[in-house]
Amino acid sequence: MAIHLRSAEELEKMHRAGLLVHEVLATLRKAVKPGITTMDLEKLAEEKIAGRPGKAAFKGYRGYPCVLCTSVNSEIVHGIPSPRRKLREGDIVSIDFGMEVDGYYADSAVTVPVGQIRPEVQKLLEVTRESLDRAIDKMRAGNRLGDVGHAVQSWVEQNGFSVVREFVGHGIGTKMHDEPNLPNYGDAGHGARLQEGMVIAVEPMVNAGRPEVRMRDEWVAETADGSPSAHFEHTVAITANGPWILTRPKELTGPSW
Amino acid sequence: MAKQFDDKKKGDSGNPKEDAIEVMATVIEPLPNAMFRVELENKHQVLAHVSGKMRKNFIRILAGDKVAVELSPYDLTRGRIVYRYK
Repeated sequence: MAIHLRSAEELEKMHRAGLLVHEVLATLRKAVKPGITTMDLEKLAEEKIAGRPGKAAFKGYRGYPCVLCTSVNSEIVHGIPSPRRKLREGDIVSIDFGMEVDGYYADSAVTVPVGQIRPEVQKLLEVTRESLDRAIDKMRAGNRLGDVGHAVQSWVEQNGFSVVREFVGHGIGTKMHDEPNLPNYGDAGHGARLQEGMVIAVEPMVNAGRPEVRMRDEWVAETADGSPSAHFEHTVAITANGPWILTRPKELTGPSW
Repeated sequence: MAKQFDDKKKGDSGNPKEDAIEVMATVIEPLPNAMFRVELENKHQVLAHVSGKMRKNFIRILAGDKVAVELSPYDLTRGRIVYRYK
């Protein structure tokens, strides 16, 4: 299977989907507070996209039941929203959302603190967010896939956390999950060479404790040791002018989240 | 949504056992060294050995038995008996 290269026109389409994703995530991020359930967030997302072009990418994807993934604390990814999962002060929740507009996909995620969180969990969020920024900075033509993974892994491990192996970032375009796979670990200078026009969903998943994953069911992945896990994601295109974060407005600069 | 990492993709695992073609056959005659001459449904006769798993579990094979044979796509004259039907 080959890695698709996207034309400027296609990138604009993905950016349109990406802006909707960003709008939804920005709203949800502000809505997170103690007492709200993950199903409330799901409802909010559904309201937000009602009447907008395109459709939510996750619902129905391999039978996934919701538009959002909401992964709380030790849940790494693919937490399913539930009316019984009430967020409490000190929790962290990763909100992952994707849209398909005109046949083109965009996918993004942010981990949000609920009220006041412990300083070590705050550090986990900061390190994970920073690892995404470092990975995005490697998304330049001429670099290799391993450079991106290595940027995440080295920063995360240097800070005493660990990266999840069982889930990876992915090419994205006219499918949500496309070639290539982008592990959050790797050797600098190895792997496929990055070219202008490639689009990859870069998504570090970082555990505060050990890297091992346990599947609670078909979907929900959580840390085997119960430690909290953070997850940040953007859909990023490689352009002649360097990385372009498709899942946020062009006006925004500075840190990825 | 993160993609589940699946490094064991079907078809190009590099493991030749996974690319085999499985067909039904009838044992014609036992040969030395746990080899058998078997006749496939398409009347071709091939030389087949007994898979390690069957040997380990002492599955005996006699002339006339119906068996499942895996053929390598590279050499269609040899195969591996992977199942004996009752």
